[in-house]
Amino acid sequence: MIQDLVIGVLYITYAISVLLVFGTVLTWVERKQAAIMSDRIGANRAYVRIPFTQVKLVWWGLFHGLADGLKMLLKEDWKPDSYDRFAYAIAPWIVFTPVLLVFAVVPFGGTLNPGELVPALSGWFADRTYPMQIARLDAGLLVVFAFGGMTIIGAMLAGWSSSNKFSLLGGIRAGSQMISYELIMGLTVIGLILIYGTVDLGAMARQQSGVLLGFLPAWGIFYQPFAAILFLTAAIAENKRIPFDLPEAESELIAGYYTEYSAMKMGLFMFAEFIEIAIIGALFTTLFLGGYNLPFMTDDGFVLPGNHVVTLNHGVVVVVQLLVFLAKVLLVCSFQILVRWSLPRFRYDQLLGFAWKFMLPLALANLAVTAVIVWALGR
Amino acid sequence: MSAKTKPYVRKIYWNAATMSWWERAYLFEIVRGLCITGGVFLRNMWRWTTGRKGALTTYYPEETRVDYAAGNRGKHVLTQRENGKPQCIACNLCATVCPAKVIEIEAGFDPADAAHPKYPVRFEIDYSRCIFCGLCVEACPEDAIRMVKEVPNLPATDRHHMWLGLDELLTWNPQRDVAKPYPAASSDDKAQGSA
Repeated sequence: MIQDLVIGVLYITYAISVLLVFGTVLTWVERKQAAIMSDRIGANRAYVRIPFTQVKLVWWGLFHGLADGLKMLLKEDWKPDSYDRFAYAIAPWIVFTPVLLVFAVVPFGGTLNPGELVPALSGWFADRTYPMQIARLDAGLLVVFAFGGMTIIGAMLAGWSSSNKFSLLGGIRAGSQMISYELIMGLTVIGLILIYGTVDLGAMARQQSGVLLGFLPAWGIFYQPFAAILFLTAAIAENKRIPFDLPEAESELIAGYYTEYSAMKMGLFMFAEFIEIAIIGALFTTLFLGGYNLPFMTDDGFVLPGNHVVTLNHGVVVVVQLLVFLAKVLLVCSFQILVRWSLPRFRYDQLLGFAWKFMLPLALANLAVTAVIVWALGR
Repeated sequence: MSAKTKPYVRKIYWNAATMSWWERAYLFEIVRGLCITGGVFLRNMWRWTTGRKGALTTYYPEETRVDYAAGNRGKHVLTQRENGKPQCIACNLCATVCPAKVIEIEAGFDPADAAHPKYPVRFEIDYSRCIFCGLCVEACPEDAIRMVKEVPNLPATDRHHMWLGLDELLTWNPQRDVAKPYPAASSDDKAQGSA
């Protein structure tokens, strides 16, 4: 169907542009937030001068991301002498691509009815509706973990093919750390799967628009508060950011597994890291923070506690859902940056001990308790 | 049998780190730390959004600090006579004593000024090399050169722009120079004034 294709292309364009914009803007957010947290001003010198005038647009340093990208593109693409050429060249892409692919199953809005939204197209689209999600897979969450696991391969390939001791150490560290925390990430969401009875992220988001205990929005974070904390911690560790940045610890390993990468190849690693912040934000939003909906909001409007129904125009709902999703993702990203600039780095034995001796038992206990309660309530 | 080796005893430091179970549990103290940093962030954001400054740093060079210490040796000024001419008699003592050799003086002759016929036509200081030691101030017999706490507007794209000449050095403001008042007029000045 040509209509499906149009909508699909539209969604993919939206998703990719949102991710790329997030990746760029988050570098700015990280700089500025870190600066404001520590009583500084932050990067504010890059500007764009309007040609033939002396008007310099500084915009609170927003152009520093642009300057960084330009610098990385124009730098010499230096390659180490002896390396596995193919693996060396492909490693950044193996890190970068799955990060983008994960977003395919994340719903970024409710159901779109193009015919109702644009009356001129109602004849062409008839009554077709499209959930705002690129791939409506029944195995949504499994796809997330399948693609998320691929970044490990990229990090290890990069460490191995650089023929550098620091890179190799970083790659090994990345491998063991990411596999450990991947496990915990998986275990924490199983509790949610038990409660929602589905692994489809769209269905999960729709189920979170209800009411819990008469006054709370039925968000995952209220069902599974421990799982939410554990998931976010494991996700930050998965993304190899401080306090879990052992694979690229500057003071020990220069830059870890991407020591030997320069120019845009190194930029791809960094970009993937920043996009992954946004992906983690999107996943956390979808799983625990009610997805694209405001509290008590459905595709038709609001159903407030006490069954007060407020119906909204379809166009308003679509815009609100898109904006709310972006706002929630940005909020979670901001929290991750807060964590990154507050906590000191773990020691390596502490890192793995934290995963296997502290978080794994907690995740298992959470899962067991959830399973028992779900079983008891289901009887 | 060999000499008995002492078993290793771990050294106990007088200030060994002790953590309560609360701190050992890690999570609570982490949350407390996040609250502190997040609180600072929100406080500073509130200041920025309400039009105040939420940072301790200064935009240099757009902003100048007002809290330089009174004794800060920021830049040189040439003191002036009542008629606005420099007190300097172009004796070159400061240029001689200067360890960085940054002062360049070109002397001129003014027959109209009988009391001070010798004056500096050109008095330039290279601030890219000046070490702000203040020896020139000590060497000056006329109290003609002083250092003030304000800093010059130095940032430039070219080192040749970092020379300050007479026009900038003659910005002395005797009213604000409270530490050292206006130099007392010498007898020659008085003679000239009365003449």
